[in-house]
Amino acid sequence: MNRFEYVRPRTIAEAVSAAALPGSAYLAAGTNLLDLMKIGVARPARLVDLNHLPGLDAVEHRPDGSVRIGAAVRNAALAADPAFARRFPAVAEALLSGASAQLRNAATAGGNILQRTRCAYFADPDSACNRREPGSGCDARGGENRLHAVLGWSEACIATHPSDFCVPLVALDAVVEIEGPGGAREVPLRDFHRLPGTAPERESALAPGELVVALRLPPGADRFAAHARYVKLRERTSYAFAVVSAAAGLRLEAGRIVEARLALGGVAARPWRAEAAERSLAGAAPDADSFRRAAEIALADARPSGENGFKIELARRIAARALALAAAGTPARLPALPASPFASAPSGGLHG
Amino acid sequence: MSMSVTFTINRAPRTIELDDPRVTLLDLLRERLDLVGTKKGCDRGQCGACTILLNGRRVNACLALALSHDGAEILTIEGLAEGDALHPVQAAFIEHDALQCGFCTPGQVMSAVGLIEEGEAGLDPERVREGMSGNLCRCGAYRGITEAVLAATRAMGATTEEDAA
Amino acid sequence: MAEVISMRHGSSAGQPITRRDGPLKVTGAARYAADNHPPGLLHAVLATSAIGRGRVTSLDEAAARAHPGVVAVMTPANRPALAMDPDDKSVPFSFRMDLLQDQRVRYAGQPVAVVIAETLEAATEGAALLAPRYEAEPAEVSLDEGEAFVPPIVGAGAPAELRHGDAEAGLAAAANRIEATYETPTQFHNAMEPHGVVAAWDGDALSLDMPTQGFALTVMCLAALFGIPAEGIHIRSPFLGGGFGSKLLTGPQVLGILAARLVGRPVKLVLRRGQMYGPVTHRAPTRQVLRLGAAPDGGLTALHHHVRTATSRFDDFIEPSGGVSHTLYAAPAIRTTHEAVRLDTGTPGFMRAPGEASGSIALESAMDEMALACSMDPLAFRLRNYAEVEPVSGKPFSSKALRECYAQGAARFGWAGRPLAPRTMRDAQGMLVGWGVGTATFPAHLFQAAARAAIRRDGSGLVEAGAHDMGQGAWTAFTQIAAESLGLDVERVEFRSGTSDLPDAGIAGGSAHTATLGGAIRDAGLKAVARLAELATEDPRSPLFGAGNVGVVARDGRLLRRDDEGRGESFAEILARAGLAEVEAKGSAAPDPAAAEAYASHAHGAVFAEVKVDPELGQVRATRIVGAFAAGRIINPRLVRSQYDGGMIWGVSCALHERAAIDRRSGRVMNADLAEYHLPVNADVPSLEAILVEERDPHVNALGIKGVGEIAITGTAGAVANAVWHATGVRARRFPIAVEDLLLDPAAP
Repeated sequence: MNRFEYVRPRTIAEAVSAAALPGSAYLAAGTNLLDLMKIGVARPARLVDLNHLPGLDAVEHRPDGSVRIGAAVRNAALAADPAFARRFPAVAEALLSGASAQLRNAATAGGNILQRTRCAYFADPDSACNRREPGSGCDARGGENRLHAVLGWSEACIATHPSDFCVPLVALDAVVEIEGPGGAREVPLRDFHRLPGTAPERESALAPGELVVALRLPPGADRFAAHARYVKLRERTSYAFAVVSAAAGLRLEAGRIVEARLALGGVAARPWRAEAAERSLAGAAPDADSFRRAAEIALADARPSGENGFKIELARRIAARALALAAAGTPARLPALPASPFASAPSGGLHG
Repeated sequence: MSMSVTFTINRAPRTIELDDPRVTLLDLLRERLDLVGTKKGCDRGQCGACTILLNGRRVNACLALALSHDGAEILTIEGLAEGDALHPVQAAFIEHDALQCGFCTPGQVMSAVGLIEEGEAGLDPERVREGMSGNLCRCGAYRGITEAVLAATRAMGATTEEDAA
Repeated sequence: MAEVISMRHGSSAGQPITRRDGPLKVTGAARYAADNHPPGLLHAVLATSAIGRGRVTSLDEAAARAHPGVVAVMTPANRPALAMDPDDKSVPFSFRMDLLQDQRVRYAGQPVAVVIAETLEAATEGAALLAPRYEAEPAEVSLDEGEAFVPPIVGAGAPAELRHGDAEAGLAAAANRIEATYETPTQFHNAMEPHGVVAAWDGDALSLDMPTQGFALTVMCLAALFGIPAEGIHIRSPFLGGGFGSKLLTGPQVLGILAARLVGRPVKLVLRRGQMYGPVTHRAPTRQVLRLGAAPDGGLTALHHHVRTATSRFDDFIEPSGGVSHTLYAAPAIRTTHEAVRLDTGTPGFMRAPGEASGSIALESAMDEMALACSMDPLAFRLRNYAEVEPVSGKPFSSKALRECYAQGAARFGWAGRPLAPRTMRDAQGMLVGWGVGTATFPAHLFQAAARAAIRRDGSGLVEAGAHDMGQGAWTAFTQIAAESLGLDVERVEFRSGTSDLPDAGIAGGSAHTATLGGAIRDAGLKAVARLAELATEDPRSPLFGAGNVGVVARDGRLLRRDDEGRGESFAEILARAGLAEVEAKGSAAPDPAAAEAYASHAHGAVFAEVKVDPELGQVRATRIVGAFAAGRIINPRLVRSQYDGGMIWGVSCALHERAAIDRRSGRVMNADLAEYHLPVNADVPSLEAILVEERDPHVNALGIKGVGEIAITGTAGAVANAVWHATGVRARRFPIAVEDLLLDPAAP
């Protein structure tokens, strides 16, 4: 880890001002940034510590029905907020399926959406990586890439975004609130993470020096609460990143789907909202055929970026599973193994 | 540059001059305060051996910058027992042979204390296993660990019957 | 000398007492190597190679030295001289080491420099600032590359090829034949405690805090390397944070010792986790071809187990995977063959059940495939081929309670009624359920060890030996054996251990530490009691005077006439009257060639596994494992159960989880961490049960102990793989089984 200047602002304005200097990075919990600094992937000249800023750690349920999640709210605290978990059960399930209890106690909401890819070549300064070092190439192509992207990737970069939290959030039209040198603005989460294209180093909509101060779920985002699930396939039962995951939310009336939400994780450089699939479900019966059809649509543009073709069919199945579980209804209490196939299968078989 | 930071470590206030901003809580404890019970297994938040209670919550000390937590209350494995009287989790770990080489054990014990305090797992073994999955044990003491956490939970009376699965 | 018997009752061997080091370990008071801070300590950090083969052409030493706090940079140019070339293998049992002897790079992750600094932070950054430049050559890191050769030996000295009977004829005559290829990956030990050392020199005397599985081997190696007297080397290793074979030999820690020599101050060097995937040995990958023939009744006619594996470009360790096929099943014709390729990797080595672990998963899978070909229940098929004598040698077993293991394990698991056909069981949630079985086996080794025992004036016992506790429970089990041999309660026995200046306890390896050192401790203890008995029986003032002919019994700190236990006196009384501070004796243990000639000795077990598989998503969980093991005498059932648990988890991991992902271009391990190199977590093994099957072995060694540390990996890995087949109908032959292997056709029944 390089030596850095340490700055401890007391207000957001001070923070933004301090971070205006080139080479600055905001430090929240540090569960991702410090790790990247230890392995030489991040070498900021200045850390602007957000941990002593007041007012960023509240979960506000507002009168208009929206919810504002301060950027410094810890993952565990958000999942444990009873009103939040009741209104947004798939978000709580996604949070609790991520990392470990220790990391969830530290990691923040803002940090979660800004976490960097788990691509091994990004994490290895000796490998070529256009995302880390523009123009250097992509050693993930032709390398160990069975877990890489199947949607939205480019020749320049095949990395995925690793967040669980973002997957249901993007399905629920979350908005990112930003403060920066140019003042406050907001960006829909679905536009926040950028697909790699020819410039994978530009990972998000944030301009230099900008700070995520909150995430907001819009009024009415809780209308899926009765039928909302998150499903995550992992290579061990817990404490692993998603191979593929899906968040689904349904609104059912009189045995038909009125409105659906579906997003996928682990498949692209952004949490992947599947709007065409959602549209296909409107008015459909909540059955296996509808869900499979929606899953086909969600993955229609998918293609392997390496030895990962299996992820396409896997993603279809996880999407269909998440929808089936959502249709079966949100459980009164989250399962012991959140988001795990081993906890969430509906009774009476899986083939609807 | 030197910065002064203050912690309450194992119930005692400590003021520390840090000449280097890079020091993590883990390295502060181990290399500068001789509190070496907290172990470094990976230094990257991937094993749980460095688990401490920070302001009452279990976290990985390796991914916490010391400067960032100025003013925090820290409980390490050294501060858990009251004199010679082991904490119920510690006693249960011995009784259930929830350890082998012992290297991950301080982290397991602190994680278990945190888990029981969180109150989410109760007496449901599956929730205990999930809640303890952030602590790797290469020796494979998981059965004993789960049994020990359940026994300690019972001993501490930190659960009600309805939590039982 | 009087005949003395130490009685088991009144001592605690065989009892499930809790770990004597438990309180230290649960309070954080147990000091591991890296927990030590001698005054003046500096921190050293390795810089390691990013290329798999070539040369380091430059290091930015100036940048490293300019970093505040950096004291020195050690490179081949200034590394203190060694008395022996690290590539010299004249020290028995040694491997070539990378100690900055030149600029050559022979594998990714090889140490290329060491930075020493006042703080860990400065040393770490200094190492990063070296930013090596290389002249790279193409590296070969896959089993598909390179030219295979037949090694002279495999493992620790077994022949690479073994023929018993005519396997080809047996195969030709078989009614059922299978041939299948199984692949196992490169695995790394990943003890939770990274390799490390705190080294301090005083002239030519060397003081080390360093985890080791073999004090004497390490001292011998270091004495030769540095050209210093062995007596001047003092190693403290009271606790290892896991070893699993990786801390048997002296590896990169020597660089910390060299760094201390260079700077003239104590130095601490601890490998970063990512550096645990290079210079500390590993389990080599294998590709194994199993060819089995069976008669219509299921009797094996032939077994050919061929192994292709890899060693490094510069040294030899050949994973002896074929060994399990020598001893387990009664085929009239057995052939094992090994070949290896040379790769640009670190040298592989002993990793928990070396050979047995990788070989067992292939053999047990193949046995399952053949059971299916014979339309037999896999357990019945194994019983049909039960080996009454060791197949390749024809020797009787010194003991073998495997039948009881099968029976008790099957009963506890509920094996009866298992449908033969796969993909026929589901749970209430619709998950596919499968059951598999595997046979566990591990040879009963015995090495050499010495111990010293004393009975002190206060009647207490003292036993000394440089044992190694890496989690097996050495502190506890050896105290129990000492207590038994001395006729004392464990609370009256002090066991001094964990340093190199104590009697040579041999190695903690080969699952033989308890048997070997236990034998030496028993020998020493019995001799000490005998000396005490001599004092008493020859002293007219003693109530035991003249009892030499009938013998005496040592129990609870007293010597008693065997023919009249009402007559006796305490150890303390005997010593007080004799005016002695203590009586002491040295004991030893060594293999008995006659016993080895007469008998084959192996521990055995039967492992039953249940897995659940999501029929659509392919995720697997090993939901229930029952293992029944017979390993001779059990010193402490509580600790032994933990050893079996750990082994079974390693077996689950072999089948389902761990694998090094190596980039074929660079040779780098791309998941050299604990997030992506998947060790099982707690939630992966919800139900483990180890059954300790009683087995008395009068031949294997003085204590009748066979060893329990490694066996449970074997059998388990295959049982899990077989359960996956039974759940899904998919026979995965590449391990660990991956999600993509199990993405089944959802239209299947």
